[in-house]
This record gives sequence, structure tokens and C-alpha cells, in this order.
Amino acid sequence: MNWFSRVRNSIPFIARQDSTPDNLWHKCKACGEMVFAKEFEDNLSVCPKCNHHDRIGAASRFGMLFDDQIWEELSSPTVREDPLKFKDSKKYVDRLKAARAANVGNDALTNALGRIHGNKAVVGVQDFAFMGGSMGMAVGAAFILGTERAIAEKCPYVIFTAAGGARMQEGILSLMQMPRSTVAISRLHAAGLPYIVVLTDPTTGGVTASYAMLGDVQMAEPNALIGFAGQRVIEQTIREKLPEGFQRSEYLLEHGMLDMVVERKDLRDRLGSVIDYLMAAKAAA
Amino acid sequence: MTMTSYLEFEKPIAALDARIAELRETADTGEIDIESEIERLAAKSRKLLASTYAGLTPWQKTQVARHPARPHFKHYVAGMFDDFLPLAGDRAFGDDKAIMGGFARMGEQRMVVIGHEKGDTTESRIRHNFGMGKPEGYRKAIRLMDLADRFGLPVVTLVDTSGAFPGVQAEERGQAEAIARSTERCLTLGVPMVSAIVGEGGSGGAVALASAERVLMFEHAVYSVISPEGCASILWRTADRAADAAEAMQVTAADLKRLNVIDRIVKEPVGGAHRDSALAIQELAKAVREELETLKVLSPAELRAAREARFLAIGAL
Ligand SMILES: [Zn+2]
Repeated sequence: MNWFSRVRNSIPFIARQDSTPDNLWHKCKACGEMVFAKEFEDNLSVCPKCNHHDRIGAASRFGMLFDDQIWEELSSPTVREDPLKFKDSKKYVDRLKAARAANVGNDALTNALGRIHGNKAVVGVQDFAFMGGSMGMAVGAAFILGTERAIAEKCPYVIFTAAGGARMQEGILSLMQMPRSTVAISRLHAAGLPYIVVLTDPTTGGVTASYAMLGDVQMAEPNALIGFAGQRVIEQTIREKLPEGFQRSEYLLEHGMLDMVVERKDLRDRLGSVIDYLMAAKAAA
Repeated sequence: MTMTSYLEFEKPIAALDARIAELRETADTGEIDIESEIERLAAKSRKLLASTYAGLTPWQKTQVARHPARPHFKHYVAGMFDDFLPLAGDRAFGDDKAIMGGFARMGEQRMVVIGHEKGDTTESRIRHNFGMGKPEGYRKAIRLMDLADRFGLPVVTLVDTSGAFPGVQAEERGQAEAIARSTERCLTLGVPMVSAIVGEGGSGGAVALASAERVLMFEHAVYSVISPEGCASILWRTADRAADAAEAMQVTAADLKRLNVIDRIVKEPVGGAHRDSALAIQELAKAVREELETLKVLSPAELRAAREARFLAIGAL
């Protein structure tokens, strides 16, 4: 199906009077400008007007990264579902069902194996669209699985982070993903393999305070929100306005928490170079 | 021990104790019937205290874990060890007094002890930042773990924090990175590590010091991914539902033992650690000593492997 028929098929039978069809135009979340959807998509979901890097899912990410757009998606590991039988205003199992119905995947972290500039890499992508990308047992298990596959393939593990933090509905078991993912990174390092982090908007809470900050090389997309504590919590604690650009990629770069801020269009090449440097000695051996 | 502050749910006990105190004042003449009435009420109060504490809800336990008179790091250190030599600073920025540490000796067993200190007076609470660690605190912990590893000293951590400090400067200096590295350092230690959740185990700020192969927890301590108030305000949209959030998140020692997140529950005196600090501290010392004893036989590689296996097994099908 070409782009035009995709758009045409998605136009509702009776078009709504008050808005342009969603699929034809994209309204930038940052500057509010309307951009032709095709142009936006071709621009890797980055606003051509203001350079806002929109949140994207795993499939789009893999498509932008791997050589010849070829990759093998790793099957997601099975975990205990709703171990605490958690219920707030809604049952956690119902929240999971709703998230899955939206077709963004089985949970928030998807791995794939492919090549970047000829070098093999396992890439994990956290999808904010699945329950805010939150880190629960499924994310932890997928992270571990990704690193294990990288060890088996003798290649780096690259993680694209995006999460509001830990998945509260899994209580302490979500918190335990912090040491669990850290164990996985230690094992990758013990095998002499690189661990590369690309922080995307937003990465906060327990994810930032574990695997998102342990990369051998730390990259971030421009203007991504990255932090440990939420801005509202900080404002309530210090009772003053936050500085300009606080907890954004460029701010983290300035404060020594990142190696580089990389535009989406340059990410593939930049990752390719970094992997090339980190794997050169191994390749020669 | 005289009690200065009763928790909300202890009101019936407080009323009995007040009545006893009242009678005592009028009984200095030593009248027999008043003495026996006091004894009767005291027995009733003890019984009520025991039954109340045997059936604490997760939210009540949260309040006990936060009780201002509960023993803190300095009390544990004074009570558990024959010697304590404090060490300070992260060698990069400063000395965070929310996370304390140093060399400690229990009998002939030398070790490094690290823990959160909440403080117990207005002045000391401010000095210790209410036990909320900053990056330099976690980096001090890393430094002390490095020392311990290099010189073959076991590491004991005492966890008691509502969470790592949420502030502009803490973010600027890499709060997240400091926590992540501290967790990583725990996991790579080649010496035995025993952690005890003694009060509040608040989220990442706790994990950073609690990623040990043996994790102990006091009977009325709590350990959770987010505070019940925080969870309630996000999921129920009001902090008033904190009790429900505490229940749903399963934050008690019994819950966490069942989930294999902790290994051992340390009994508290009847009515909580704050009612008999000396006894509570003694119980903890005994548990820590026993755990260190069993870990002594393991090689550095075995210790690391045991620690990794422990965490990888959590939540397994
Ligand atoms: Zn824009």
C-alpha cells in the first residue's frame, strides 16, 4: 500500500468538520505548526519547523537504524503478569489489555538484532506509548534478554530509553529491575562488550537511576527530558522556579552526564562510528 | 521508657497510658487499691499494644517506619559496634551527611558500614537533610565500597530514607548517575555485603545501598518503589488514598519476604523498635553477625555470582 492509499483509506467516511484528518497533517506538539504528515514521516518524525524530536516506537526506530532496514525482532520474554493483583481506579490487567490493544507491542521494551554500518548490534527500544514506557518485570526481562543475545552474538547492546520511571503497579518488583538490569550490564561488560545508551524524551525516575546512566557512551536526542526527580516534585521541594532548559539533553551535556547530543538524522552514523571504535580491538583479535 | 508521641492508631493505648500516669501521680501515698488498678491498666495497655502491633496495616507500618523516635544510623552504630571510625567525603564535591559511613568493628569482625541518617532533632534533621541522599552521598558510598573491596572488609548497609533528594543541584550533579553507579558497585563487590532495611526503604535512593546478597528487614520497616502518598497522588489522583496505595503496593517485610525481595525479617520489640531501641539494635546486630558468618566462606567470585543470581531470580516464573 503506497502512502497515498494509506492516507485515503484512513480518512473517515464522514470527515469531521472541526479538524483536518489526522493522517494527512501532523500538528507539532512543540511549536503547533501543521506539517504534511508525509513530510514529517520522511523527516524521521522530527518537526521541520522547530526540530522537535517526536516520540517514536520500536519499529520506526529499527527502520531508521539498521543497514538495509533489515532486522530480526527478538521475541519478548514471558513474565509473571500482574504479580501483585494490583488495582487502583482500574485493574492493572485492564491497563495492560488497553495498552496492548493500542498495538504498540506486548510491553514497553522491544529488542532487535541487526547490523549498523556492517557491525552487528542488539538494539532495545523503549516505547513511551506503552504505559509511559514504564519499567516493570517485562521491561527488565527484555533488557536482560537483549544483553544475553548481545553476549551470544558477541556484539554491543544499544538501548534507547524512554520512560516515566518504574511501573508502580508492580510495586517493589518494578524497583528490583534497577539491580536486575545492572547485573545484565555487568555481564555484558564481563564479556568485554560495549553498552551504549541513547536517551530519548522522556527518561526519568528509576530508569534514569539505573541502566539509562550506565552506558560506556551516553548519547541523547536533542531537548529530551532526562532526570531523576520529576519537575513538580522538585518545585514543591525547593519552592522556586526551575532554571531554563533544566533536565534537558543540552543541560545534561553541559553538566557532564552525556558524551553527545545527536540529532535523529545523525544517530545511525554516530552509533556506527562509536560501535566501530569500541569493537575494533575485538574484531582484530 | 516514656513515650512522647503516639501515632494516630495508638490513641486507645495513649488513653490507657495517660490514665496510668494520672493514677501514678495520685498514688504516691502508696495506696494498695490504686496500685492494683495501675497494674490492671498497665496489663491492659501491654495487651492492646501487642495486639495492635500484631495486626498493623501496611499504612500503619509506614508510620511506624517513619516514627521520629525510631533508632537512626547513629544509634545503630553506637549500639551494634565496639568501634566506629567515621569517614567522609566523595573526593569530588563534598560530604553528604544524609549518607554516613566508616570503619566499624563488631568483636573481632571489622567491616565498612554505610547508611542513611535522618537526624532526630530539628538541627540534626537539617544537617542530615532528613536522610535524603545527594549525588555526593552516593559517591561517598561508592568510595567506601571501593575501600572495603580493596582491603577485604565486608560491607554492611543500613537503609533508612524516604528517597534520594529531589533538587536542582542534585540533578545538576547527576543524582541518577550516582544512584546507578552505587547500585552497580554493590553488585560488583568481591566482599560480603549485608543490607538491612531498618526504617523506610524509599525507591532508588534505597536500592543504591541495598543491592546486597543478603537483605534483612525489620518487622515494621517498609520498602517500596514510591511512597504510598506519591503512588496515591498519581494513580488515585489524591494523596489521601495513601493507605490504599500502601496496601496495593505490598510494602511490608512479610510481603517482601514472600516476593523474595528480602531474605530475613528481624523481629522488633513489642510496639516497634522505638519502644525499646536497645533491644531492636541488639536483634539487628545478632542477625547481621550471623549473616556475615555464613558469607565468610565464599570467594569474591562466588559472592558476585550469588548476588547476581539472587537478583536475577526475583520475580522469576
Ligand atoms: Zn515544531
